[in-house]
Amino acid sequence: MNLAAEVHQASGVAGAAWLLLVLPAAGAAVLLLGGRRTDKWGHLLGSATVIAAFVYGVLLFFDTTGQGTEDRLRDLHLFDWIPVNALDVEFGLRLDPLSVTFVLLITGVGSLIHIYSIGYMSHELRDRRRFFAYLNLFVAAMLLLVLGNSFVTLYFGWEGVGLASYLLIGWYQGKDFAATAAKKAFLMNRVGDVGLALAIFLMFKNIGSTQYDVVFDKIGQQSTGVIVAIGVLLLLGACGKSGQFPLQAWLPDAMAGPTPVSALIHAATMVTAGVYLIARSSPLYSLAQAGDARLVVMIIGAITLLLGCIIGCAYDDFKKVLAYSTVSQIGYMILAVGLGPAGYALGILHLLTHGFFKAGLFLGAGSVMHGMNDEGDIRRLGGLARKMPITFITWTLGYLALIGFPFLSGYFSKDAIIEAALAEGGTRGWIFGGIALLGAGLTAFYMTRLLILVFLGKPRWENLKSADGRSYHPHESGPTMTIPMIILAVGSVAAGGVLSGMLPEWLEPAVGKLQEEHGPLSATVVSVLTVVISALGAGIAFLLFGRGEQPVTRPQRVSFPVRAARADLYGNHLNEALISRPGVWLTRFLVFVDNRGVDGLVNGIAAGLGGSSGRLRRLQTGFVRSYALSMLGGSILVIAALLMVRFA
Amino acid sequence: MSVISSVLLLAQEQPAAPPTQVEAPSVTAIWPILIVLGAACVSVLLEALLPRHLRWSSQVVLSLLTIAGAGLALVIYLKDAPVKGEVVLNGTLVVDRPGLFLWGTLLALSLGAVLLIADRSVEPGGAFVASAAIRPGTIQDRAQVASTGMQTEVFPLTLFALGGMMTFCVANDLLTMFVALEVLSLPLYLMCGLARRRRLLSQEAAVKYFLLGAFASAFFLYGVALLYGYSGSVRMSDIASAAAGSDRSDTLLFAGMGLLVVGLLFKASVGPFHTWTPDVYQGAPTPVTAFMGACTKVAAFGGILRVLQVAFQSTQWEWRGVLWGVAIVSMVIGAVLGLTQTDVKRMIAYSSVAHAGFLLIGAIALTQKGLSGTLFYLLTYGFTTLAAFGVISLVRDSSGEATHLSQWAGLAKRSPLLAGVFTFLLLALAGIPLTSGFVGKFVVFEAALSDGMGPLVVIALIASAVAAFFYLRVIVLMYFSEPAADGPTVTVPGAFTTAAITLGVLVTLLLGVAPAFALDWAGSGAFAIQ
Repeated sequence: MNLAAEVHQASGVAGAAWLLLVLPAAGAAVLLLGGRRTDKWGHLLGSATVIAAFVYGVLLFFDTTGQGTEDRLRDLHLFDWIPVNALDVEFGLRLDPLSVTFVLLITGVGSLIHIYSIGYMSHELRDRRRFFAYLNLFVAAMLLLVLGNSFVTLYFGWEGVGLASYLLIGWYQGKDFAATAAKKAFLMNRVGDVGLALAIFLMFKNIGSTQYDVVFDKIGQQSTGVIVAIGVLLLLGACGKSGQFPLQAWLPDAMAGPTPVSALIHAATMVTAGVYLIARSSPLYSLAQAGDARLVVMIIGAITLLLGCIIGCAYDDFKKVLAYSTVSQIGYMILAVGLGPAGYALGILHLLTHGFFKAGLFLGAGSVMHGMNDEGDIRRLGGLARKMPITFITWTLGYLALIGFPFLSGYFSKDAIIEAALAEGGTRGWIFGGIALLGAGLTAFYMTRLLILVFLGKPRWENLKSADGRSYHPHESGPTMTIPMIILAVGSVAAGGVLSGMLPEWLEPAVGKLQEEHGPLSATVVSVLTVVISALGAGIAFLLFGRGEQPVTRPQRVSFPVRAARADLYGNHLNEALISRPGVWLTRFLVFVDNRGVDGLVNGIAAGLGGSSGRLRRLQTGFVRSYALSMLGGSILVIAALLMVRFA
Repeated sequence: MSVISSVLLLAQEQPAAPPTQVEAPSVTAIWPILIVLGAACVSVLLEALLPRHLRWSSQVVLSLLTIAGAGLALVIYLKDAPVKGEVVLNGTLVVDRPGLFLWGTLLALSLGAVLLIADRSVEPGGAFVASAAIRPGTIQDRAQVASTGMQTEVFPLTLFALGGMMTFCVANDLLTMFVALEVLSLPLYLMCGLARRRRLLSQEAAVKYFLLGAFASAFFLYGVALLYGYSGSVRMSDIASAAAGSDRSDTLLFAGMGLLVVGLLFKASVGPFHTWTPDVYQGAPTPVTAFMGACTKVAAFGGILRVLQVAFQSTQWEWRGVLWGVAIVSMVIGAVLGLTQTDVKRMIAYSSVAHAGFLLIGAIALTQKGLSGTLFYLLTYGFTTLAAFGVISLVRDSSGEATHLSQWAGLAKRSPLLAGVFTFLLLALAGIPLTSGFVGKFVVFEAALSDGMGPLVVIALIASAVAAFFYLRVIVLMYFSEPAADGPTVTVPGAFTTAAITLGVLVTLLLGVAPAFALDWAGSGAFAIQ
């Protein structure tokens, strides 16, 4: 498959695509450099730049659809960025259906969340401006990530979103857990970044370029080893950014940031960058030689989706359950793009629908916490449906979309992935399809548990006080918060149905034609099976949590699986045992070597030189006679040596 | 003296000028030398005729005008100078591209040195004794310290020395070179003894320098005699052609070369012929030390380069190993002995011994790269040293310059600007990037590497690392130590010293950031072999 040959130069409306980067970047710059002067209108400017970018994104979308199918791959050259000898990185934008889709998602959801944040951050007027500056910075970096036309540009955006994510997770910097979470996210992302960087180095070494068109044009001529190595290293990068196994542990902790951040960055957009990376590299993964790399991608996706579901069942923190749900849903997407041509479009489809309903779910969670003194422990909530009707309804729609209720968004996207996994064929198909089906059931279970404990049942908060001693007075949030939630709920309901028909065809120029394969079970059977298993999961949850009193504190005497799930399936322990502790030992060893060995050597040499200097100094007696003697000695040596060399 | 006269007699028996010099002798080429030496004579007359109170001002104006005029003559000549060089005055001098570069360097450096010498703001009356004839330690001596007069003969002496240096760089035969060597040395011996304060130390330095200098001159001259015995000529190109194809005794050639080179290495203060350097650098008046440290080094290495490249090119495989050894000894002595010095001027002296070793590495790489690298290194080293001594002259207490390192402790707290400037110069001497010292070392080491001297470059790098220690120690001392209670004060310099230090610092920075222009000039041509 040769995609590179048909890249066109962008002009017209698309020629101004740099606006997409400049608008939010300028917003961030003004808000950060302007200081307190911009306090009053900072949030408005921050929202306006993203909305303007969204408007331009829509124009760009129609401009792209206006082109013929063959002309939809376009490059916009901006300037030569790194012209060094053999390495020539141009700074350019890739405007094709894939990137335009992401532009719409990022600016669209981004606009809604900026608007929502105006209300959500109203308690923190002093710092709201800085918050919007960081959000704008994030949007600019994320757009650069998806728009760049080379892997180096992508890496620039990749690091930019990492920075913005770090700053926003650590927003409540006065609190230890937020600072630690930010640090953890940053460090674990570095592991993935190293993988991405190494992949780029390999490309440059073997292909001599990092531009998409050149790389994808020539990747087929490389040896299998190189292709698999690049594929696996790219996947490592994707694992870091998208919270995939074994680098998933930072994402739940990232919920320490404000809820809009969780919704925008850690649910809808940034964490899907890994999926984008693999879909973008589809010409590489589609190669026959890359089969092993694709298998690794599928395995990682399957492990992660199961792991996320299981841990999600055991948590009592509203946002953390949603975070593990995100981990698991991204696992679905990774699994889908790992399927190759049969799955790229499905992965992106699920990414889009997930962007809608997960952002909506997070905003709902934020709305609940906003009205409940920032209480996030679901055991202390309950019965909020009547107090917050809009939040309840929009959240429930998102919930139904997520668990794959028939004809809502998730139904179209998740079912398709399960079906495609089964269609992989053979044992492989049964294993991956089975895991995906099991995941659907577990998803329904933990999401129903969440719904029941938060919105239904008895209001357990009535006799409790929040940590700062206030009693709870739940109330519905203001319109800046509810309107984005309503819009996202509409999206959650409709997006799947609308997109599932058009998206594969629309993405075809970028990721290739969707190859629908038919597995051992027909589509209808798979659909019914999925719905039944989901219903089963939801039913069990109703039986367990829907009846009777729920304890306000979480039970301590529980079975081993629950303990394991509560401990993140020992993910952190694993990291600590495998990486952290050996790292500490290595550091201690090196410090020891440095203190005793290196310092000893250095000090020894210094002492030796100093001593010899002191001894040599005595030759400098100050007497002319001894000076003359040393000159004479030197001369005799020089002449003797000259003659010896000549006559020896 | 009998040796000299016999050699002169031998030289006179030479056949007439070879047929290559049919064209009329050109004087345009040597206008710079004529201007400097002529002005030196005028300067002596001024000294004899003018009343005492007019002498300082007229001498300063004359010296600066002379250097400027010589520089102008050089620039004018440079425009249409033949690339291959030009032989003048019956073949005794050869004005070629490296010679012109050395002239330019010498003139620029001596401009700075004359500014330092002329300064009367740092020490009232200047750094020079009011009347050299007064015996040290007497009542009259204490009176002269307080007086504002100065022995203005230092200006004609400087000009004579400069003229000697310029002639030395372009001498085409060894006898002219010897005469130039004496012309540049004798004024320097005198100048070393003219310090206003610590006169015994100053006079001791002068006597030591003179005795050892005479000793080294004897070596040089004996070498010339042996080489004449070998080749029948004192002209370098004749020696080269004799060495290239003859069956005469090589003993004369190599013994002669060894003695000649020893004489030159002495002037360049290359170890182990450096023994005079610390004592003389310390004892001489600081402006004279600056002049010596910068200009003598340039002239001496100019001579070494010419002798090695012109006369001994064909025998390099025999002598190269020996000069390897000399370079190593020089670097090791400079770097190691510098570690335990407690006097700033002595420390810089040992640093100059180490730098002489680095320069020698470039000089024995007999390639165009080696030549241009060494010339560039001389330019950078000269300006850095000049500025460093300028700074040293500013740190004073009641008894004159405070050169003991313990007195420099915590200087940065009292005078951040001076400490910053000195730090920059020390970093340049250590060869840290963004200073000219780095570029200089880089081009010299690169030339040596490409000429197959890898091990020598490794030793040189180790030596620079060791030497960096004592430069950095001064920086640490200035910034991180508590100042002594009765420490020295930093004099606010007058226009002259300020100008000299600024010149040195600016060139050090400029050649570190944008060295291309000077490198191009240094590499614009080779020595003329005629």
